[in-house]
Amino acid sequence: MTRLTNTKNGIFLGLGLIIMVIMLFPLYWTIVASFKTDNQIYAIPPALFPPTPTFESYIRAFNAEWHQFISSLIISSGTVVFTVLVATPAAYALAHFRFRITVAVIVTLLLAQIIPTVIIANSIYVIFNNIGLLNTYVGLIIVDSSLGIPFSVLILRAFMQSIPTELPEAARVDGASDFRTFLAIIVPVSRSAIITAALFAFLFAWGDFLFALTIITRPGKEPITLGLYQFMSSFSQQWNDVMATAVIASIPAGLLLTLAQRYVAAGLTAGSIKG
Amino acid sequence: MKKSEINRARSLRRTQRYRLLFLLPVLIEVILVFVYPLFNNIRMGFQHYTIASFVNGTAPYIGLKNYVEIFSNPLMGKTVLNTLTFTVGSIVFQFAIGLLLALFFKLRFSLSQLMRTLILIPWLLPLIVSATAFRWMFDHTNGIINQFLLNMHLITQPVPWLITPHLALLTVIIANIWIGIPFNMVLLYGGLMSIPDEYYEAASIDGANAVQSFWHITIPALREVILIVLMLGLIYTLKVFDVIRVLTGGGPANSTQILSTWSYSLSFTDLSFGQGAAVGNVLMLITLVFAAIYIRAIRASLTSSR
Repeated sequence: MTRLTNTKNGIFLGLGLIIMVIMLFPLYWTIVASFKTDNQIYAIPPALFPPTPTFESYIRAFNAEWHQFISSLIISSGTVVFTVLVATPAAYALAHFRFRITVAVIVTLLLAQIIPTVIIANSIYVIFNNIGLLNTYVGLIIVDSSLGIPFSVLILRAFMQSIPTELPEAARVDGASDFRTFLAIIVPVSRSAIITAALFAFLFAWGDFLFALTIITRPGKEPITLGLYQFMSSFSQQWNDVMATAVIASIPAGLLLTLAQRYVAAGLTAGSIKG
Repeated sequence: MKKSEINRARSLRRTQRYRLLFLLPVLIEVILVFVYPLFNNIRMGFQHYTIASFVNGTAPYIGLKNYVEIFSNPLMGKTVLNTLTFTVGSIVFQFAIGLLLALFFKLRFSLSQLMRTLILIPWLLPLIVSATAFRWMFDHTNGIINQFLLNMHLITQPVPWLITPHLALLTVIIANIWIGIPFNMVLLYGGLMSIPDEYYEAASIDGANAVQSFWHITIPALREVILIVLMLGLIYTLKVFDVIRVLTGGGPANSTQILSTWSYSLSFTDLSFGQGAAVGNVLMLITLVFAAIYIRAIRASLTSSR
């Protein structure tokens, strides 16, 4: 690739900065609002930087929403565990064994990612109402897992296909069962792919709004996404507090992005994600 | 067949059955929370749900009445048109801007890689957060968008973005474009990086300029990626719910109601679960058309075993 001249490099850098400002502005504006006082938030013209940054909104938001934050943690962690337990063996089987149903299973998983969630939510509400799973963590964990399982199976299968067959076959010759081979060889080798799958299962569950809106019909177990929505639609709408809640709701995603960048990048390049 | 061969075939069958156990958890989960609910929703489309249905658990079958109702509802035409406008408007701009950004970041200037990564951040945040940010930015009296436009003297009065019927649809499209740009950029950037540099070098030796190489090398080489990006874009835009729910709730006067939000409000606001299911099934049918094209496009990578 040809090297850019200094002038060109400068122009591109400037353009890149402008693009970045536009793309990140909503996020920036959310953070700015969360640090403003009740008066500053409605000042005209609005200050582009909080004149006297304050944590008041965070304290109020946290007092009002901390139990929703905990709910989100419970639901998302449960979803991660469930997703990894279900998706990893399936991915191994789909990658290394031949079944007549392989293609059918994969197409079904793709469709599960494709079919609009609102259709499933409509039906799940009625089903859960009949079997008593409305307003339960278990119910929400089971349905939230359906957001991450297709992605996890597909990304893990792609990774496991790259494991040389000699590895599990050597174990089999030594007399190890399929299950033992899976646990002792495949799982440790696939560690980074499993972390990527877990991470996205977490992000999907943490970001879920539609299932929570449908399944949690009374206060008590609502996750923070639902809490943010209810807070925003309430009449005493105080935008600095709403935005502080939005920032709090983004903390886990932000943390994972900085701490586990490598795995996020791996997931993103795997392509077809985000439902 | 010799006896040993029969034994081997038998043990192979046993192994296969044992190996299916690896798939069992995923099969149970997918049947429980996807396949069964899907068929249940199709069935609900033929049933009459009332509040009583939730008490005694029965809903009488009424044939095609739900479909007759929704198709004779004037909201059907409006919602389909909104869905079309929302989808096409979102996709065209998400794709065009995503492609431009992908081409731009391929230039590899100082900090380009860092910037490309930072632009992805909003994509990974909960959609609810981005939607809430947009609601605040487009606020009538205190929103930054109106303040900016007033300062630039582009408008003389604050624009009531989210509370005027024809503007509300435009506003949710703008928000959805912004949300979809990183996704388009990542996939297209990946596609661009897989085009060998030699193609471009050969073209420039032949005297092709940048525009010519774009149309004669980049676009043809990206054909498959473009098809996949567009199909996924369509599929994901038809799924959109959160953004509209937060920004407008489908209003004002149903001006931002799309099939997904209409289905939901029929069920959960009007408590007509049968009609909500029917609208959902119409949406499913539309989605399946694009799903078929998408799955066909990636078919090769599905069946490739190792």
